[in-house]
Amino acid sequence: MKKIKGEDLTALIDRLASTRTVYAPVLEPGEAYYAYRPVTAGREAALDFGNTRVSVKQLFLPRSERLFSYRTEGENKVFDVPSTTERRVVFGVRPCDARSLTMLDGVFQNDRYADPYYLGRRKNTVLVGLGCAAPSATCFCTSLGGGPFDTAGLDVLLTPVPGGYLVETLTDAGKALMEDASLTDATAEEEAQAAGTKAEATRQADTLPLDGLKERLDVAFDHPVWAQIPEKCLGCGVCTFLCPTCHCFDVCDAGNSEAGSRERIWDSCLFPLYTLHASGHNPRPTAKERYRQRVMHKFKYFVDRLGCTACVGCGRCVVNCPVNLDIREVTKTIRDQITGG
Amino acid sequence: MTEVAEKIRAKAAELLAGGTVELVLGYEKGTVPLRTTPCFVRDAADVGRLVWNGSCENNLAQFLIKRPGRAAVVAKGCDSRALVALMRENQIQRDQVFIIGVPCTGMIDRRKVEKILAGRELVEAAEEGGRLVLKGHGFTESVPLAEVVHETCATCRHPNPVVYDVLIGEEVPPKDAPRYTLVERLEAMTVAERDAFWAREMQKCIRCYACRQACPMCYCSECFVDCTRPAWIGKTDDPGDTLLFHAGRAYHLAGRCVECGACDRACPMGVNQFLLLRKINKDVEDMYGYSAGLRVEDTPALATFNPDDPQAFLTE
Repeated sequence: MKKIKGEDLTALIDRLASTRTVYAPVLEPGEAYYAYRPVTAGREAALDFGNTRVSVKQLFLPRSERLFSYRTEGENKVFDVPSTTERRVVFGVRPCDARSLTMLDGVFQNDRYADPYYLGRRKNTVLVGLGCAAPSATCFCTSLGGGPFDTAGLDVLLTPVPGGYLVETLTDAGKALMEDASLTDATAEEEAQAAGTKAEATRQADTLPLDGLKERLDVAFDHPVWAQIPEKCLGCGVCTFLCPTCHCFDVCDAGNSEAGSRERIWDSCLFPLYTLHASGHNPRPTAKERYRQRVMHKFKYFVDRLGCTACVGCGRCVVNCPVNLDIREVTKTIRDQITGG
Repeated sequence: MTEVAEKIRAKAAELLAGGTVELVLGYEKGTVPLRTTPCFVRDAADVGRLVWNGSCENNLAQFLIKRPGRAAVVAKGCDSRALVALMRENQIQRDQVFIIGVPCTGMIDRRKVEKILAGRELVEAAEEGGRLVLKGHGFTESVPLAEVVHETCATCRHPNPVVYDVLIGEEVPPKDAPRYTLVERLEAMTVAERDAFWAREMQKCIRCYACRQACPMCYCSECFVDCTRPAWIGKTDDPGDTLLFHAGRAYHLAGRCVECGACDRACPMGVNQFLLLRKINKDVEDMYGYSAGLRVEDTPALATFNPDDPQAFLTE
């Protein structure tokens, strides 16, 4: 296996930044969390971070994006559709986040619909992953079929070893990216160290067991447990917005007959407005129906439609929920209180 | 701390067993260090879940808005002010609530602790003799609690519940630290500097509305942000729209904000939105000599006219 020294990775980012847009985790000024930001030099990239507060999905499905704008020129309307052909590299993507993109791919490209904005960005972006040597106590990726060194969705995976990283190129795009990097052959000792790190990191507790969960949800739509579980839910969008697999959006128009734009913004099934009909009727009038939808979508509907659970175990919802409504506890309650079908 | 928790449990058991209330709303142990989570107890046999510590930061008053049935609630000073303000606005009926008041020495600000930890993971935290002991993989350190409590707590004038049916624990002295240091710094800025300050804060906001949802006084059935016909403000990342949301919310809370800081506590992105409310609270105090949520019989500042109001702001 190949190895790259820390300073050579910094130099690689320096070089790449001159020909394309490079994103990397950066400490938010004045805060204690990291965010993906464009960097112009390798030294700006923080690769000793836990995970970013907002997931990598924001680089593919931004919080807010313009779908098109229009203006009037004489008799004609002129449309402008933003381009998604920018060449981008993202450094420091954690395996859970990369895996979430493989799930979102199935949402934005299927037999009925192909989303040019999301897919354009996916096609033109190379993902350099960073394996997790020290997963947090709130991480549960292994419960969901992933792992701290999972390669799904990545073009390159870096595994930390003293003085640098072991480099696994996983796709042609990844190989091309690493072509002009200064790589050396890893020593047997370094490979053994990396294997030890992986084994240690993968030893997580199974804190969100999937076994039997879907079967219970299949018969649980009208179960009284839904009135009890979200009793403390505030109805904010923290869990959905920070979640790497939540992808619901709203489309809103701004402007008038002369000029304006159409924008896509994140939406959340926990907002009452999400299902409010023009008539004023709301089929999901309370937290009970709304929170049930979130759990059902992740652990049942997504499985029915795309064959996998829409949770990667990153723990962002666990850490950031203002009232500590913990999805691991929620699924445990479901398992305890509902008899499988 | 444990003594207070024991007394809360005993009172909760008594209230539930005697049929005085059908629900006790308090705090139980959270799933991660430095967290508790709102706890809904309906059976006297379950009161053992209730805890009391420096992580009981949520304001539980909002769970009582228009709730049918009689409930008891564990309330700190700021929570009790929210209860009073909500009673004043007819959202909570006094005779439907049994208030278990608990004097508060300050709640721990996880953002401050995160900054101290600088990326190291916290595995365990304990409050010991005025200090917070932080333990992780390969480290143990302690910091004075006073240095890690929320800004609202460090400057709190009403740590003791302003209304209660039973008081558990010793009353604590109000803090005399100046509350408006940050506001005064903001006021001293030039317009351009202030613009830059708020632009940076707004850039952090992801419009998840956790601030609004956590605020006990934000209970409008339709928020101005959610109106679509007409759409008062845009919902994109436009910093002007985001500022309009925060400023609009702050103005709607003029003379109503009870200074609990629930908005800042709920924010996952560290937006300093409570600073806007601090500024408005200061203005309401200066102009009307009024602070919200202190006495049920007070008429709210913006619901009254007093010929003696210092009205300089109207005529200047």
